[in-house]
Amino acid sequence: MADHNNTHNSHGGERHEHGSVKSYVIGYIISIILTIIPLVVVMNDMMGRTATIAVIMVTATLQFLVQLVFFMHIRDGEQPRWNAITLVFGILILLTIVIGSIWIMGNNQIGMRM
Amino acid sequence: MAQSPAHGTDHHDHHHAAGHHDPQDIKLLGFWIFLVTDVILFATLFATFIVLRGGTDGFETGAELFNMTGVIAETFLLLTSSFTSGLAVLAMHQNKVKPMITWLVVTGLLGAGFLALELIEFVELVHEGATLQTSAYWSSFFTLVGTHGVHVTIGIGWMISIIIQILRRGLNSDTKGKVTVFSLYWHFLDAVWIFLLSIVYLMEVM
Repeated sequence: MADHNNTHNSHGGERHEHGSVKSYVIGYIISIILTIIPLVVVMNDMMGRTATIAVIMVTATLQFLVQLVFFMHIRDGEQPRWNAITLVFGILILLTIVIGSIWIMGNNQIGMRM
Repeated sequence: MAQSPAHGTDHHDHHHAAGHHDPQDIKLLGFWIFLVTDVILFATLFATFIVLRGGTDGFETGAELFNMTGVIAETFLLLTSSFTSGLAVLAMHQNKVKPMITWLVVTGLLGAGFLALELIEFVELVHEGATLQTSAYWSSFFTLVGTHGVHVTIGIGWMISIIIQILRRGLNSDTKGKVTVFSLYWHFLDAVWIFLLSIVYLMEVM
C-alpha cells in the first residue's frame, strides 16, 4: 500500500508512509481470522495437546507480525530502521527470560523430586 | 510548548532540509525504546506465570473458573479498538480533525468496554475464591493480567488528555506526534493481549 514513496533516499527529506484504509482493513481481517482459528481448535478439542499448543503459538506469532506490519508500520521509515533493531533486541531478551525461566525452573522441579 | 506560535504554523510538516532530523522521528524512536522496556516487563510476568502455573495449592485453576465467553468478547473489543485507533491516525494524516477525534472516542469506548468486562471477570473470580492470596497460580495470574489492564486504563486517560489538547490547540506537528505515539501504544497493548489470550486463557482451558 501507499507506494508513493519509492525513492530509496536516506536523507530524511521524506516522511514515512502511513498505510491506507485498505491496509488497515486487511490487517484487521487477518487478525480476526488468526484469532478465530485457535479459538475454534481449543473450544472444540479438535487436536491433541502438542498440536493445539503449536496452533496457538503459531497463530499468535503471526498475528503479532500482522500488527507490527499493518498497524505499527515497522517496515516504514528511513534506513537504518532503529525501531526494528530495538524491537529485535527486545524480543531476544524476552525469549531469554521466558525460555530461560522455563528451562531452569523445570530442571529445579526434576532435581527436587525425591 | 517550547515552540513559538509562528514556528508552529509556518513550519510545513512534510518538508525538512536534508541532514536535519525531525524531532518527531526522534520522539517516535524514543517511544519504541519505551515499548521494548515494556516488552521486557511483560516477559518477566509471563515467565513468572508459566513457571508458577503448577502452584495451585489444591485450589481450582482457570481451567475450571475462566468464563471464556467474556474473554472472547474482550479479545474482539480490544482488536477492534486497535483497528479504530489506526483509522484515527489515517484521518489525522488527512488533517480531518473531526473524524480523527470520533475514531479516538470510539477507540476509548471499546477500551472501556474491554476494561469493564475484565473487571467483571476479576470480581467473579474473587467471588469464586480466587484472589491474589489464594495460590501462586492466582497471584501470578492477577499480576500479569492486571498489569495489562492498568496499561489499558492509563492509555484511556492519556487519550482523553490528547483529545482535550487537540480541541484547545488544534492539529500541529506536536499534537500529531502525540496521536501517532498513542496509537503505537494502543496497538502494542493489543499485541500483548494476543499472548495473554493464547498463553493464559487458551492453553489453560484446552
